[in-house]
Amino acid sequence: MEPLLNHYLLVSGALFAIGLLGVIVRRNLLIIYMSLELMLNAANVALVAMSRFNGNLDGQVMVFFIITVAAAEVSVGLALIVALYRKRQTADVEDLATMKL
Amino acid sequence: MLFNIFAGLAVLSALLVVLNPLSRNPVTSAMFLVITMISISGLFVLLGAYFLAAVQILVYAGAVMVLFLFVIMLLDLQEIARRKLNLVSLAMGILAVGALFLVYKSSLESTYGEASQQHEVAADADQAEATTAKVVGSTQALGQALFSVGNGFILPFEIVSVLLLVAMVGVILLSRKEPG
Repeated sequence: MEPLLNHYLLVSGALFAIGLLGVIVRRNLLIIYMSLELMLNAANVALVAMSRFNGNLDGQVMVFFIITVAAAEVSVGLALIVALYRKRQTADVEDLATMKL
Repeated sequence: MLFNIFAGLAVLSALLVVLNPLSRNPVTSAMFLVITMISISGLFVLLGAYFLAAVQILVYAGAVMVLFLFVIMLLDLQEIARRKLNLVSLAMGILAVGALFLVYKSSLESTYGEASQQHEVAADADQAEATTAKVVGSTQALGQALFSVGNGFILPFEIVSVLLLVAMVGVILLSRKEPG
């Protein structure tokens, strides 16, 4: 049976929920970052599926831009984590509860 | 069939990224994230988005994950890896996210489920066949959608290139040693 739009949207929703769970539950900054990537990818799956089933290529162009922006975001975020680790010697959000460095 | 394999693999390895019962090690999570990215790129191939599938593997499974592994190795998180999860917050998180997912699922079913689709299916079937056969995200088609003068995305493309430059300069600024 050919998978329909709602099957793809269900997979996308499941991936997004798992990513959100990771952001809520895990305390390691790097894992939280990976979960954020997971949520971005869930949105990408939904956009590509919409683009396919509506017969319009604009969704895929949107995904192209999302991938580019996500790459920039990852590089800046990881640089921030490295800078933070140099100052505080930790990557656990429980230890980073104050705004003061 | 292929859809089930890729979708199952993506969801399963995504779960193992977040909640791995055997390992707290970030490297394990990163490896499972690579499997998720490759499965998602398989889903893109099934959806006819061939260019995006290639980009997904190159950028995510390649560049982004290498960056993650670099940082994991650089930080050396052995002490943090042994810290335990808070069981109460885990239970509450699963409860909240599970409830959210169930709401999403039931709204999907009421929109696309059999009951609401039955009267539309016959009319839409031919049209859906016609459109799904046409939209293929080959490199040429996506390039034409991006760069066509008039209804293309030339200005956003240039803005994104500036954004990448800004990110590059910002990363260099953030990661250099403290001045003085």
